[in-house]
Amino acid sequence: MTGLTRRTAADLAAVVASGEASAVEVTRAHLDRIAAVDAGVHAFLHVDADGALAAAAAVDASRAAGVPLGPLAGVPLALKDVLTMRGIPTTCGSRILQGWRPPYDATVTSRLKAAGVVILGKTNMDEFAMGSSTEHSAYGPTHNPWDLDRIPGGSGGGSAAAIAAFEAPLAIGTDTGGSIRQPAAVTGTVGVKPTYGGVSRYGLVALASSLDQAGPCARTVLDAALLHAVIAGHDPLDSTSIDAPVPAVVEAALTADVRGMRVGVVRELTGEGYQAGVQQRFDEAVALLAGLGADVVEVSCPHFPYALAAYYLILPSEASSNLAKFDGMRFGLRAGDDGSHSVEEVMGLTRAEGFGDEVIRRIMLGTYALSAGYYDAYYGSAQKVRTLITRDFAAAFEQVDVLVSPTAPTTAFKLGEKLDDPLAMYLNDIATIPANLAGTPGMSLPVGLAPQDGLPVGLQIMAPVMADDRLYRVGAALEAALLSRWGAPILEGAPVL
Amino acid sequence: MPSITPAEVAHLARLARLDLPPDHLARLAGELDVILASVAKVGEVATADIPPTSHPLPLTNVFRADVVHACLTPDEALAAAPSVEAGRFRVPRILDEEA
Repeated sequence: MTGLTRRTAADLAAVVASGEASAVEVTRAHLDRIAAVDAGVHAFLHVDADGALAAAAAVDASRAAGVPLGPLAGVPLALKDVLTMRGIPTTCGSRILQGWRPPYDATVTSRLKAAGVVILGKTNMDEFAMGSSTEHSAYGPTHNPWDLDRIPGGSGGGSAAAIAAFEAPLAIGTDTGGSIRQPAAVTGTVGVKPTYGGVSRYGLVALASSLDQAGPCARTVLDAALLHAVIAGHDPLDSTSIDAPVPAVVEAALTADVRGMRVGVVRELTGEGYQAGVQQRFDEAVALLAGLGADVVEVSCPHFPYALAAYYLILPSEASSNLAKFDGMRFGLRAGDDGSHSVEEVMGLTRAEGFGDEVIRRIMLGTYALSAGYYDAYYGSAQKVRTLITRDFAAAFEQVDVLVSPTAPTTAFKLGEKLDDPLAMYLNDIATIPANLAGTPGMSLPVGLAPQDGLPVGLQIMAPVMADDRLYRVGAALEAALLSRWGAPILEGAPVL
Repeated sequence: MPSITPAEVAHLARLARLDLPPDHLARLAGELDVILASVAKVGEVATADIPPTSHPLPLTNVFRADVVHACLTPDEALAAAPSVEAGRFRVPRILDEEA
């Protein structure tokens, strides 16, 4: 039943619930698809076929026993390799964690399991989520299903590519500066960074603890909402988890009505630096929103041009501290332990051998920014910019209900094109970073193909803290209008793999 | 903007416990110079009157009830260790510098 891999998650849940196909059949169809195409895409670092089939069989048994099924029971999912899953290799795309099998589930993982979601395996990523192309994975890059010579975005390129290549209808990503939204934009998929604190970080291997947030990746806005609802909500195991009801994201996706909503186009996130085709599709989508009854205005966020600089001080500072635990003592790689080296030397040898170039670069940058004499000028100033960005959002949300911008300045670039220029790579996140600094939620959804290169363009929607439902309301309305214009989902236009 | 000297880079690498060869340190010096020159832009708007933000949520200490929970067994905790001895993590000698 190859048709099963083209279905949405909502459809597949209905298929399983009605008995049209079993969860095992749905899972097997996706495992077959992975076997057929993943040699070329390389979305997965580990496929847990046995575990997935066992989880699917458990869903089928529940159904047979008359136990009520959850809204995503029996639906397959790809899990980013930065989230722990008990007994299953978790590498974070790093050599330093090669072969590590965590002894516990992340809260996201345990909630997926409890909901009957079938976890197919772990997806490729830039090492410790540092990157915008998945080229910084120690296990080789993931390839964009639209053009295998191009990047799938990053750091969650594996999760986005898996759903774009129909290897899974759903995936989990994590977004520290755009790692869910930018891969969604360049692969023609939907990705959401929830409000910071909306989804538990317990078991999410930390990159920058004040910025990291796990969220849903899907092919439709409704599918993303269904997944969001499964993973979100307060968790006592994460002290930064928000103890409040989850925004009504599924209802919002089903409402899909923007009449009377005030939509602000962020002046600082358009124009110069944005590829012509990206800007064109963005402008058309904004016009479409106006046509649907939204009240569209331009809004200025004057400090957004400083967000990238602040981010590349705050992130490395937090990362240099978080990654100190990878020292070869309690888990993971240990190098040079031959009796001739002290513990400190073994740590240095282990980390130099286990970490890749980008991780080393950011640890060094963070160590510098936090050192005595430089702290105020760098980290301290970056924290003040963070205040200014948060104030920009607050002022903007007094005028409008949501903000919009292109998600990424360009479509997918060629593998290798920016690998030797760290600053050029960092610019990919220029539009997504402000939301991470302020903790606000953001969504990317596909709004067409750039005329110049025929590659997907993403539009970003941003909302106030804990108003994640607005993303889904606007996203679903825009998605429906685009679908009726196109006649078929955007991924139906992707090359056959 | 002060440029980073190879000696400073070597010092940072030692602080970060990264045993890097000289050619890598030299390359990093150049890369860090370029990145720091770019991110120094934060100084243009970070004036004295603006309070810093360290975290997006206005949280103070979060407490939980002081009750016993299930946790990892010693075997589970040690299962992924590079080296184990007598139910403990075995580490290389730690008294090298003082010896």
